[in-house]
Amino acid sequence: MPDSPLVQYLLRLGDDRLVLGHRTSEWCGHGPILEEDIALANIALDLIGEANLLLKLAAQLEGADRTEDSLAYLRDAIDYRNALMVELPKGDFGFTIVRHFFFAVFSLLQMEALQKSTNADLAGIAAKAVKESRYHVRHSAQWVVTLGDGTAESHDRAQRAVDDLWRYTGELFLADDIDREAASQGFGVDPSTLASAWSAQVNDILMRATLTTPNVSYMQRGGRDGKHTEHLGHMLSEMQIVARSHPGASW
Amino acid sequence: MVARAPLTRHDVFEILNGVMDPEVPVISVVELGIVRDVELSGADIVVTITPTYSGCPAMREIETEIRGALQAQGFTSVEIRTVYAPAWTTDWISAEARAKLEAYGIAPPGPAVRDELVSIGRRPSTVRCPYCKSTHTDRQSEFGSTACKSIWVCRDCRQPFEEFKAI
Repeated sequence: MPDSPLVQYLLRLGDDRLVLGHRTSEWCGHGPILEEDIALANIALDLIGEANLLLKLAAQLEGADRTEDSLAYLRDAIDYRNALMVELPKGDFGFTIVRHFFFAVFSLLQMEALQKSTNADLAGIAAKAVKESRYHVRHSAQWVVTLGDGTAESHDRAQRAVDDLWRYTGELFLADDIDREAASQGFGVDPSTLASAWSAQVNDILMRATLTTPNVSYMQRGGRDGKHTEHLGHMLSEMQIVARSHPGASW
Repeated sequence: MVARAPLTRHDVFEILNGVMDPEVPVISVVELGIVRDVELSGADIVVTITPTYSGCPAMREIETEIRGALQAQGFTSVEIRTVYAPAWTTDWISAEARAKLEAYGIAPPGPAVRDELVSIGRRPSTVRCPYCKSTHTDRQSEFGSTACKSIWVCRDCRQPFEEFKAI
């Protein structure tokens, strides 16, 4: 059932992690220090691993002829269901860290709640992802404090990243019919219920980092409906080119 | 060909205990807790495994090695099933395997953290240097050469080393 709320919900979960995982993998070989290069590659691996499990489950439940690979490599941007925040170009290290922090806190809250999913497979995936997300939150939060409370330049860049990203945070907590269905059927969580816990944790770290929480009321949206920024198509063209140029190739 | 008694479940675990983790070749996939169950039915066998990390790139190789080890013992039909629940934890690593890790130069994991809150900032080190056994150690990075390890340095013997992360 391609349009079942559960399949649609899993695509959102999987696409957030696949797209952010790919963006993060762009740092491989370009990290500011060796340890950070390795850390970002590891985080990318965790995210892509989680995406792999989520999209595999979506493909199985869909019951069509698709697999986790065809979902990742053969869908166009308009069929992707990730939030806009994760598709933005990787930016500088400050932007990457602040985005990771915003997403990791959200992901940890989401996965903690999904451990109680009525879908046993999703609950199992969530229980694994919670452990990984804890590391991601700790890693990125420490860096946010280090950069924010660091030199004048690192502070400015971190603050700019916070300001640039803030208007993309609202979409993470927007609930539509699929989310409400997910919550009422019990397989998912209504993201709007995670907003206050997210704000509390994020504000606490931003304060410790001497960074200012922006006062922005307008929030960007559209990713959950397939309305993306121009950046996603460019990213997919790179991510998908081998699979699309050599259909069915294996090695 | 000499007829032999059919292998038992216990025998199969013994065989799998000879399959080493490709990244940490001193402990087996059984000691690591990756092998969750074995079901036998004549020459057919089903091995249930669970991944350490969602994106662990060694899982495919581990599957291939498990299959190969069992086929070498005459099992023609080997099915490998992957389960995600209960989620793998380093608490499943036996005391014996922890000693092997330390002897190999990898600090074994402490108890897995179960608290809901994420603590931030410097925490007192409880990680013991596998070389000189000092606990005067510093974490350099949460992330090491594989998803399951972090990087440390010993402030007494000055040796960098890896720790198996507790999850």
